[in-house]
Amino acid sequence: MAHAAEHENPLYGVMAEFDSAQAIVDASKHAVAAGYSVMEAYSPLPIEELNDIIHKKRTKLSRFVFAGGLAGMATGFGLQYWASAIEYPLNIGGRPYATWPAFVVPSYELTILFSALTAAIGMFALNGLPQPYHPVFNVERFSMASSDKFFLVIESADPRFDHAGTTRFLQDLGAKGVYDVAA
Amino acid sequence: MANNVHAQATSTAVLDVPVIAPGHDFETVTEAVAQIPLAKRTPLGWVFGFLIGFALLMGLQMALGKLVLTGIGIWGNNVPVGWAFDIINFVWWIGIGHAGTLISAILLLFRQQWRMSISRFAEAMTIFAVACAAIFPLFHTGRPWLAAYWLFPYPNTMGLWPQFRSPLIWDVFAVTTYATVSIVFWYVGLVPDLATMRDRTMSNVKRKIFGMLSLGWRGSARHWHRYEVASLILAGLSTPLVLSVHTVVSFDFAVSVLPGWHATIFPPYFVAGAIYAGFAMVLTLAIPLRVAYKLEDFITMRHIDLMAKVMLATGLMVSYGYAMEAFFGWYSANQYERFMIWNRMTGPYAWSYWMLIAINAGMIQLLWFESVRQNTKLLFVMSLIVGVGMWLERFVIIVTSLHRDFLPSSWGMYYPTRWDFLTFAGTIGLFLTLFFLFMRFVPMISMFEVRTLLPQAKVKSEHHGH
Repeated sequence: MAHAAEHENPLYGVMAEFDSAQAIVDASKHAVAAGYSVMEAYSPLPIEELNDIIHKKRTKLSRFVFAGGLAGMATGFGLQYWASAIEYPLNIGGRPYATWPAFVVPSYELTILFSALTAAIGMFALNGLPQPYHPVFNVERFSMASSDKFFLVIESADPRFDHAGTTRFLQDLGAKGVYDVAA
Repeated sequence: MANNVHAQATSTAVLDVPVIAPGHDFETVTEAVAQIPLAKRTPLGWVFGFLIGFALLMGLQMALGKLVLTGIGIWGNNVPVGWAFDIINFVWWIGIGHAGTLISAILLLFRQQWRMSISRFAEAMTIFAVACAAIFPLFHTGRPWLAAYWLFPYPNTMGLWPQFRSPLIWDVFAVTTYATVSIVFWYVGLVPDLATMRDRTMSNVKRKIFGMLSLGWRGSARHWHRYEVASLILAGLSTPLVLSVHTVVSFDFAVSVLPGWHATIFPPYFVAGAIYAGFAMVLTLAIPLRVAYKLEDFITMRHIDLMAKVMLATGLMVSYGYAMEAFFGWYSANQYERFMIWNRMTGPYAWSYWMLIAINAGMIQLLWFESVRQNTKLLFVMSLIVGVGMWLERFVIIVTSLHRDFLPSSWGMYYPTRWDFLTFAGTIGLFLTLFFLFMRFVPMISMFEVRTLLPQAKVKSEHHGH
């Protein structure tokens, strides 16, 4: 519950705890409907609806991966072409230097390698990970967010944020607990 | 008659078995999996199994030490059988790894929910199997510390590059990509579960280690969204990758002009064989593991049944491959091809050919029966035998094709030495050691994915007006 003593501390936001996937989805919908915009929901399992409700936008990751794949293909083919036809052309019985069909396999593998690395590194980078510190970890109950509890945080950066009002709003949504998140 | 009725009854029952036992919620799933690595006491059975694996691993160290000090002459392969245990075991291990990728990637794309509880340890199996496989070509070079010049695209002191037109170099690209992508995919899958471990452990040291490994994962809606997109992309990339890896491995043989190797059926036949051997290994690991760690609720009889069916299907594809090899030998009307297949069936290594047929084309037919697929003890023994059968397949392909050269004056026989056997046993030790460490320190079932299987995870999207 909100402690009066923490009012002087800078506040990251107010966190509400919910018991089920359905409850967090409903609560997020109500918060959006009430005009809140700077918030985040935390869950122990992926819930597709939450991103659509809160953030609305889909990630650009797939485009990065496509670019990564093209770069991998160009690297693979370029490397082999350059080494076999330019850097050290080896004449073996008059056979051509730029034997592109033979270059397909390494180019194919590097396409996959570069795209996969882009997908993994890109996902972590866009998520801002690794990030050892984040204010939500200040709330003790938040350790349940990776097991079986669901949390909705309305951040103090929200233009409609008002400590007492937002706390009451979250309590009215049926939260099992509402906590202040120290910044 | 009564038996038939009973079989009928179980048949419908198995299809009804859910992929996760009823009565679980988010917390019980998490606790069942997370308590295994977090337990303070190490089970005695674990210590016993680990020691066996570790003892064999010491054998590997001895065998490789001897090889580096003496040279590859300690192995039995010599002209005309220039390739033997080194490549047999390489292909065998790489093949085993394929089931892990199939489960984690291809079944994800097909939305097969039963994959979720077995994907984590199957992927671990993939990584460890690839590590074992890599030992063989690396040490067959004799001087593995120089392998960078020979394998990777890096010119030697004469400015000469590796031969990019050779399937052996393609194999380097395929296998290193496979190893890298498998590790990345596995780690990405682990991150949310590592966060769970960080939040549940009572020990400060473990919290720090899991905290660093989980990269500060918070499970926010934005995180999960990008995470799910990345997982889907990685699955989509791993699927063509896994098919290409064994295809390229088969090119090592098929691109040559040797009777017994030069066959167009090799790529699909190798891929099917890889999945067949891999599922046998997954069953070999899953059957004791679900009992030892009381994970029957998550690795149910439905999983066992489905894996046995995949094994049957791929086993039949492999049998078709054997039939086609014999057919090609006859239909080619080429005396060397005909001799090769005739020599396989009646020559000095005929025992290995017929054992392989008996296992991979014969014994596997038992899996048509529901009662066999539901008998975990029998299935465990059968999976081990399938492992032997697939090892024999590579032995037959490699040794029988090489030992009778084109000229009878160059004929010879291949006899493995004790160092060959010790190296092979040693890689099994490496695999066991890594797998036992994995079981003790890493959550071996993907907790967050299993949570999504629970009815509580389903969200009704009611209409919401603004």
